[in-house]
Amino acid sequence: MIKFLFKGILRDKSRSLFPFLIVTAGVFLTVAMYCYIKGAEASFIRSNANLLSGHVRVMTEAYAKEADQIPNDLALTDLPSLIQDLQAGFPGFIWTPRIRFGGLLDVPDENGETRSQGPAAGMAVRLLSPQTPEIELLDLKKALVRGRLPERPKEVLISDEFARKLGLNPGERATLISSTMFGSMSLANFVVAGTVRFGVSAMDRTAMIADLGDIQDALDMKDAAGEVLGFSMDSVYRQREVDGMAAIFNARRVDARDDLSPFMMTLREQPGMALMIGRLSYATAAIVGVFLFVMSLVLWNAGLLGSLRRFGEIGVRLAIGESKGHLYRSMIYESLLIGALGTLAGTGLGLALSYYLQVKGIDISSMVRNAAMMIPTVLHSQVTPFAYLIGLIPGLLATLLGTLISGRGIYKRQTAQLFKELET
Amino acid sequence: MKKIIILLYLALALAAPAPAQTLSADQILDRIDENAVAGNRISVTEMIIHSRRAIRTLKLKSWVQGEDKAFTEFLEPARERGTKMLKLGDQLWTYSPDADRMISVSGHLLRQSVMGSDLSYEDMLEDRKLRQAYEATVVGEETIIDRPCWVLELKAKAEEVAYYSRKIWVDRERFVLLREVRFAKSGRQLKTLEVKSVIRVQDRWVQNDVVFKDALKAGAGTEFIIRSIEFEAAIPEFLFTKASLRKEPAP
Repeated sequence: MIKFLFKGILRDKSRSLFPFLIVTAGVFLTVAMYCYIKGAEASFIRSNANLLSGHVRVMTEAYAKEADQIPNDLALTDLPSLIQDLQAGFPGFIWTPRIRFGGLLDVPDENGETRSQGPAAGMAVRLLSPQTPEIELLDLKKALVRGRLPERPKEVLISDEFARKLGLNPGERATLISSTMFGSMSLANFVVAGTVRFGVSAMDRTAMIADLGDIQDALDMKDAAGEVLGFSMDSVYRQREVDGMAAIFNARRVDARDDLSPFMMTLREQPGMALMIGRLSYATAAIVGVFLFVMSLVLWNAGLLGSLRRFGEIGVRLAIGESKGHLYRSMIYESLLIGALGTLAGTGLGLALSYYLQVKGIDISSMVRNAAMMIPTVLHSQVTPFAYLIGLIPGLLATLLGTLISGRGIYKRQTAQLFKELET
Repeated sequence: MKKIIILLYLALALAAPAPAQTLSADQILDRIDENAVAGNRISVTEMIIHSRRAIRTLKLKSWVQGEDKAFTEFLEPARERGTKMLKLGDQLWTYSPDADRMISVSGHLLRQSVMGSDLSYEDMLEDRKLRQAYEATVVGEETIIDRPCWVLELKAKAEEVAYYSRKIWVDRERFVLLREVRFAKSGRQLKTLEVKSVIRVQDRWVQNDVVFKDALKAGAGTEFIIRSIEFEAAIPEFLFTKASLRKEPAP
């Protein structure tokens, strides 16, 4: 029977093409939208983790309270021993120290006088250490616009936009004017090895990336760092896992009243992040839910319309003796076949577009030009296993439901009235 | 830069003090200003910074000419040795020997602390006489470190001063500030100054141990102790030029 119905669907395009196209379009939009929203959510979390907070972040409690002011006077000290402890206690994580610093980047002219100057938002990471994870975490090779990555001490990267604003080219010298850990003014010379673009407006305006050792020297922070970030080996953020780690680490603190002792926070606990992640999850669920609902309504309606359109055909089939139950079942099988074909086609097209956008992404830089948060300027889709199934809800279930409801009309038809109905 | 000098050593008038009731608030300010202004001075000071995490001691040598010219070189610790500052009128430059760069300190840099102390570059630049910048009122009398003092409230005459109002405790005989509290326009307390001892040098009374505290900063303040001071010393004019910042060693 299914083979018979399938042939009918293929041969009678007038009754199958429109529902098929509707189902395909609906499923395609559902899958593509779902993947894009999941991708945006993952991009946001990844950006914030890699550039700002890690999956977990170890700081002093006093530093954490004022983290937005970068209080390096409250930085972690005795860094080698702290990292050793973290590596021993949580071997499934990569631990990397960073120093954030603010200051002015001053470009001298040939007489050593200021040629141009601008505020810099700096980050010191292990750039020169062998096997450093930072090149990958910050995606520096991909971010490089001009020049090269630092290979020697006192070489830095600065954001391309910032470099152009200062009229600074790779190979040229600039002086960082900042504050040491003890509050003294610090002047240190660096050579710009290259310029970078991270695709995050908040960083692309004034970023400066330097080697940790150089900044420790410049800011008088021997064996100190503002924070130590932890990343899971597979780069996946798992809330339950990091919550457990933070609880264990913080319970081990020697003196919980000492706000200069190391303290671990999860990505979600960073200021504003819980709200952002919570909102993002709600927004994702709401958008996907509403979209699914609307698509289901459209496809359900298409199912209803299809059945109503075939009012005459149903009458004839009843008139020539086909049982109502057989007719109802055949219509359900038919709708299932069309739903399945449309779901397959729509899911295929949706996944194809999502895989493309997973690589290429959509540039939203014009919308986040002045954003102070770590919002990526290119949003990529993310194909998840659920993306292969989500099309079934509108594609198969809604079409089936539409036919189930509209098909009930078959049982209301009276055989005695059929010819009268067909005459009209 | 004059105010840092005020913080470090306010001189006392040579003349004997007049009875309290015969001096108005403005006259008291005049006497303080007169005492603060000297010709040339060379001093070596220890700056002990009691920050939240550590106590750091810096040693600096200053050459001051009148109100407008000052040159400072840090002698200790090794990390800061050779760092110099030059003040000419309302302009301030700093020189770092490590970077071999001379930077004009202006804009928001002026709010930064000097070597992590409780003193800002803005404090260093403040050179207007108290009488010129503030309207004063005598609000009472108190005893500070066993010295009878007038208590004066000062309110800024113009907007451009760093502190909108101040409350000062002035030694009635020596015309030296023994305590001071500085406020923002909102009334928020910004800085305090407590004098621990006063000495007599070349017929002047000098605050030789002062604790300066930034109320917005953690820590126990910055203590300035004068190790040596010489008035009317000969200072070569070349010292007050930008070229001298790069010259090594300082005279």
